[in-house]
Amino acid sequence: MSLFYHIGRYFLLLKETFSRPERLALYWKRTIEEMDLLGVKSLGIVALLSVFMGAVVTIQTKTNMDSPLLQAWIVGFAARQSTILEFSPTIISLILAGKVGSNIAAEIGSMRVKEQIDALDIMGVNSAGYLILPKIVASMLMNPFLVMISMFLSIFGGYLAGIGTGIVSGEDYLQGIQSNFIPYHVTYALIKTVVFAFIIATVSAYQGYYTVGGTREVGVSSTKAVVYSNVVILIANYILTQTLLI
Amino acid sequence: MIEVKGLSKRFGEVQVLTDISATFRKGLVNQIIGKSGSGKSVLAKCIVGLHRPEEGKVLYEGHSFHEMEPDEKREIRQRIGMLFQGSALFDSLTVIENVMFPLRMFATMAKSEMEDRAQTCLKRVNILEKDDLFPAELSGGMQKRVGIARAIAMNPQYLFCDEPNSGLDPQTSIVIDELIKEITDEFNTTTIVITHDMNSVMETGEHIIFIHDGRKWWEGSREELLNSDNEELNAFIFASALMRQVKAAMGGKS
Repeated sequence: MSLFYHIGRYFLLLKETFSRPERLALYWKRTIEEMDLLGVKSLGIVALLSVFMGAVVTIQTKTNMDSPLLQAWIVGFAARQSTILEFSPTIISLILAGKVGSNIAAEIGSMRVKEQIDALDIMGVNSAGYLILPKIVASMLMNPFLVMISMFLSIFGGYLAGIGTGIVSGEDYLQGIQSNFIPYHVTYALIKTVVFAFIIATVSAYQGYYTVGGTREVGVSSTKAVVYSNVVILIANYILTQTLLI
Repeated sequence: MIEVKGLSKRFGEVQVLTDISATFRKGLVNQIIGKSGSGKSVLAKCIVGLHRPEEGKVLYEGHSFHEMEPDEKREIRQRIGMLFQGSALFDSLTVIENVMFPLRMFATMAKSEMEDRAQTCLKRVNILEKDDLFPAELSGGMQKRVGIARAIAMNPQYLFCDEPNSGLDPQTSIVIDELIKEITDEFNTTTIVITHDMNSVMETGEHIIFIHDGRKWWEGSREELLNSDNEELNAFIFASALMRQVKAAMGGKS
């Protein structure tokens, strides 16, 4: 089916998703559950990745910028900038697209093939709103926290790698991460994160919601959710960077 | 009462239903019968509004469902109870939460009243002391019964049952059939059962519609069914009876 068909159907699904909820209290309860499932339960993988990401960035920065003309603190500065501007918001979002996106598509897809979504529709429940809206809200609320934690841990990982390998002293690294700090860059990173969270939740939910077939197709939807979320995130990353940074 | 007038449905190039007209009467177990792939489940999904037909109308008490405003459709749907072939219970909710689900969504009553109502429905289908179990922990027959309990939680005017006996042993099938009949009498619902199980037809069918190749071939009562001279219908009944005999002889499900 054509790309335009899917884009049109995606926006129609969004329209349904954001239409009036039946019972706000039930939606809120579901949102809290989703915040735990999609956000809190992703904390471990985000922390692990961030520490190692920061460590590798620091070592690579040092090996690529090893010149007597450059001051020693530049390593910390470069590690902080690349972490805040790109690694934490984008790489962590791509990782979350894999973890959270596949989870969303598989859960909603399974409900579709087991006729549970039909059951909701027949009861008169807005199935798109009930199933998808809490996931969107939860992702958009939790992902910025995850990315802020990632920024801190990544910079901390860089510090550990720097002093652990002796390529940069603790003082120089700390001086670097405090040099020329522009608070707007954090705002830019968080704006990106919120947009990416919306993309992950909606693109994955779209794939799951329109699953047709059985368990094999649920797997296919799950894979598509990850691939398409990543593609859309990369396109949105370019557009946002050009719009917000230049 | 539900009426279907000149209903046709196709998926892409495949014509699934052609010009079907039928009346489903209140207080009766109306059965749509036919072999697998004949279009009976699609007909049911058109009636409940999960599929939109290309032609024809579905009338609930004389009002065309597909021409209603979204709010009116929602109101009609809240009066529909449906038992799905695979029960369609929500995996992440316990038995009692599943039955309470429509009440929590739409009913304006206290939580304790909802629990009482859910308990009454579960007792009605003879599911006792299973409140905190999840659907995966129940047998197929129990899942069907919980599905019926959820379907009747909102006191439905219309009850749809899609292949209620599929995957069940003969004894449990009889229990489910009897339950559907009792609930129809008790709640005075317009009940529509989709089945290819002739045992079920002979036990509980009161008004029967035979679908073949996406068309309505025959409509009548159980007594008329036995005396029908419709060749396709007789072939279907004969094949069903033969399969029952063969399976019974082999010691399987009849």
